[in-house]
Parts: sequence; structure tokens; C-alpha cells
Amino acid sequence: MDDRRLTIETPPSSMVYGSSSMVVEVTDLTGIATFQDSGRRGWNKFGVPTSGAMDWFAYQAANSLLNNPPNSAVIELGLGEVTFHSLRNTVLAVTGAGYEVENYIWTFPLWTTFYVRAGWTVRVKKTNGGNWAYIAIAGGFDSPILMNSRSTYLRGGIGSALKAGDVLQAFTPTTDLLKLAARDFPVDKFMPYSQTPTLEVIPAPQADWFTPGGIRTFYESEYTLSPSFDRMGYRLQGSPIEKAITKELISEGMTMGSIQIPADGQPIVMMADSPTAGGYPKIANVTRASLPLLAQCEAVVSKIRFREVVVDEAQETLKKIVAR
Amino acid sequence: MLKPLGDSAILIQLGDAIDPILNQRVHALSALLQSIPAVIETVPAYCTILVHYDPLTTTYNQIKNLIEEKISLLDESTHRPSRRLEIPVLYGNASGPDLEPAATTLALSPSELVRLHSEREYTVYMMGFTPGFPYMGILDERLTLPRLSTPRTRVPAGSVAIAGSQTGIYPVDSPGGWHILGHTPLKLFDPLSENPFLFAPGDMVKFIPIEKDDDGR
Repeated sequence: MDDRRLTIETPPSSMVYGSSSMVVEVTDLTGIATFQDSGRRGWNKFGVPTSGAMDWFAYQAANSLLNNPPNSAVIELGLGEVTFHSLRNTVLAVTGAGYEVENYIWTFPLWTTFYVRAGWTVRVKKTNGGNWAYIAIAGGFDSPILMNSRSTYLRGGIGSALKAGDVLQAFTPTTDLLKLAARDFPVDKFMPYSQTPTLEVIPAPQADWFTPGGIRTFYESEYTLSPSFDRMGYRLQGSPIEKAITKELISEGMTMGSIQIPADGQPIVMMADSPTAGGYPKIANVTRASLPLLAQCEAVVSKIRFREVVVDEAQETLKKIVAR
Repeated sequence: MLKPLGDSAILIQLGDAIDPILNQRVHALSALLQSIPAVIETVPAYCTILVHYDPLTTTYNQIKNLIEEKISLLDESTHRPSRRLEIPVLYGNASGPDLEPAATTLALSPSELVRLHSEREYTVYMMGFTPGFPYMGILDERLTLPRLSTPRTRVPAGSVAIAGSQTGIYPVDSPGGWHILGHTPLKLFDPLSENPFLFAPGDMVKFIPIEKDDDGR
């Protein structure tokens, strides 16, 4: 414990974020942990992906549980575990799927907030049934702003992944810590994460490039997520989708949720770090309301189905989720 | 032609070809769309524009109507002044390892290839692939080559390359399958800068052959 106090007085030269006060140190990390916010907008035309959280619902919930400003940075953790050592009293919220939080003897479920005293160690551990955890801190993390956003885009060298030894900064919360602690996310607002989700999709501009049989295959069969998924895209495995038109598409803009069908007929769903444009025909686009369900699908295990909706219906559904 | 791409974007298709005149219309319309408050951002490409909007404040039909109004303002004479950029390029040798093999395949001398590549003014049709990569055209027909059969795993930032009817510059070290003719000492992408990108879609670009770059190559 005394070693840790030294850390408080002399910040490690490795990396210190921002200018506000230091709040936690990353002491151990496996997997990929990056800062993310609601995304980097306005740079798509230059080829910069939007980035931001893979699961926007869990991201927003983590901040709202702590009364943080809506665009606050959180830590997105994937495929591993992270251990923090707290440098001052604070409150954390962890949301997402497939993780739990441990503090010496207690285990906290996700979608709650918990008080963390200076000197405590908190570990976010991988369990089954999801991919991404969102770790928000009272006040919000103060990580570097690059091109108007705190989102990290590793392939483009915009921001960097967290590593052991990093000391993280946070803004001073405006709400009293004791009022923020021990909150639960309301059950009636919950996102229905599932191992057998039916994702709502809107037909995409090249939907008529596929045969009627190909369209039937897409809407009537089950797909699984390939184990090599990442923040850029989710490759799905299942019955190949047949094309009627095999000419090359002239590259055009695409977005998170765009479902491209390359030559092998296996769908690729573009995710948060999606390239801004692509040249494979798109059969459909996952709605924003359904993206969190897809983001948290477990590789190989989850059975994914698609259901066609029209754009008006998708927008109404989204508004209802946000207004809840 | 307008079609939804999901519940937060709408695709405008102005044609179905890689063509400089059509592409100018794309950039002209993309500029007009910036005045619609509901538009978050636009992605102009060869013959399409993807318009991102906020579905919580604007419905699909509302954004569609607003875009149609702008399209009606776009007539054949619409001209948007383009920026003109001159890009110094050190051709050949270590900077352009594919210059000689490409010249051989095209039955040209290396200096003839350099002349044909650098005498034209190109349009930045669109940007993508990696942050700041400009897709430019149209190349002289005598320079048309398929992509490399085996892409390189690492193409250095600043590499000036050609493939098909297009030319481009790699902004960051990345894999790549285009024929590398030369290298520019200019930096195309700097995330720490206030203006992170050298190019913007719609720019006009001319390559200027140089004898030596800042690295002394």
C-alpha cells in the first residue's frame, strides 16, 4: 500500500492523461481497453471511422448512472480483464455483458454503481455471455481529445490502448459521491441482451443485387459470429447468400450496422471502427436499436437471426428506447 | 435516387460510373448539403453521397425532402471552386520500387511513365481506405494496370501509387496492393494538428517530380 502512495506523489513518466486530478492507476490488464465516447463525427469524408462504443446502450447507461455529461469518456474493455488501484475516493459504474466486478471479497454485478475508497483494488473480470464492458467513473475520464473526440481508433493511430502503469485522470463530479453510490440500472429500461437475438434490419441500397433465394436465406437462416471479430467488423458464419448481380460495386459510404456480402456469400457486419466506405454490396443495415444486441453476441455460441423492418418503424423503436 | 442505409443515414446516388464530371456534381451537392442543420456529416464518393443524420430529431422522410430540395438547386452549371495542390514526388529507386517493373509491363520508359503520371491534373474523387487516403483520377489510359497480385504487407506513408485508372498516396504505413511509383515528403495525416488532413474530397492535384526529398533520398 505504501508503494501506491508514492505513485500518488510522483506520477509515472509513462503516461498521464489530461490536466484534472489522478483517480485510478491501471495495475494489470489483459485484452483490449480503450477510451471511447459517443464517437468522432465530421471526419468520415476524410476516411476516419466514427469509432465510439461498440454497445452504445451500455455506454450511455454507464454515464447516466453517474450523472456524467452524456458524451463523457468511458473505458471499453474487450476480451480480457483490467485491475485498477484507486488513488482517491470515487464511484464507478460498470455496464455491458460478459463481465463481473470484484473488490477483494465482494462481487458486484454489472449495471450498478459502487463506492471505491482510495487504496482499494477493483478488478473487472471476464465471464461468459458478452464481449464488452463499459467502465465509467464519477465526473467522467479526462482523456486526450483528438479531432474533437475522446474515442480511440487504434488502426489509425488516433489515441492508444491502455496499459498497466497508466494513471488515469477524471473530472470532479458535480454530484456528491455518496448519492452516486449503490445505484441500480432500472430493470424496465434494460436492453434484452440474448444468446439468440433477432436483429432488426432495414434493406440496404443493394438489396436487389441478391436472388430471391439469397434474400430468403438471409432472413430465414441462423448465423453465428466468427471468433476473429473485432471493433471494425463482425464476420458471420452460416448459409451463403446468393447474388443475382456479380459486377463490382463502385465504393460508396457505409456505416456501423451495414451488412456487406463479399464473394463467399458470408455476411460481414460493419461495427464501430467500420471503414467509412466500402465496395461490397450491402444487403441490409442493422438498426441502432439492435446494434447493442449484436455487439454483445458471443462468438460461435450465439445464434443470430434477422427480421426486416422499415426505416420509420426502426426510428420509432429507437426513440422509445432513448425516451425510457 | 435516395435510399435509406439503416435508420441514421441516407444514400444519394447521382450516377453509376467513375467519371470526373459526375464526381464534380457529387462534391457540389455535398457542399450544398452542409447547410441542412439535421445533417451530421456527408461522405462524398465517386457517384454517391452518404448523408448521416440524427434519427432522434429528424425522420427519414424529412431528411429526404430536405435533400431533394438541394438536388433541385443543383443544375449542370453548378461549379464549386476547387483547391489546387502541387505535390512534390521523388520517383523511382527506393522511393518507387514499382516504377521500373510497371514501365516494363506498360512498354514505356520509366521517364515516359513519370511524365504521363505528373503532367495531368487529378481530382480527389473520394477519401477512405485509411485516414487521409485520396483516390484520384483519371489516369492516362496508357498507365492502366491491375493491382499487384500479392499486396505488400507494409507500404510506407507518403508512397505515391497507381492501380486501374486511379492514383493515390498512402497517408500512414499500411498494407497495400497498388504499384508504388514514388514518394512525397509531405505529411498527409496528423491527428494532433488542427487541420489533420492535407487533402479534401474534390481537390485538384498535380504531381511535381523532384530530385531529392527531405530524407536526402
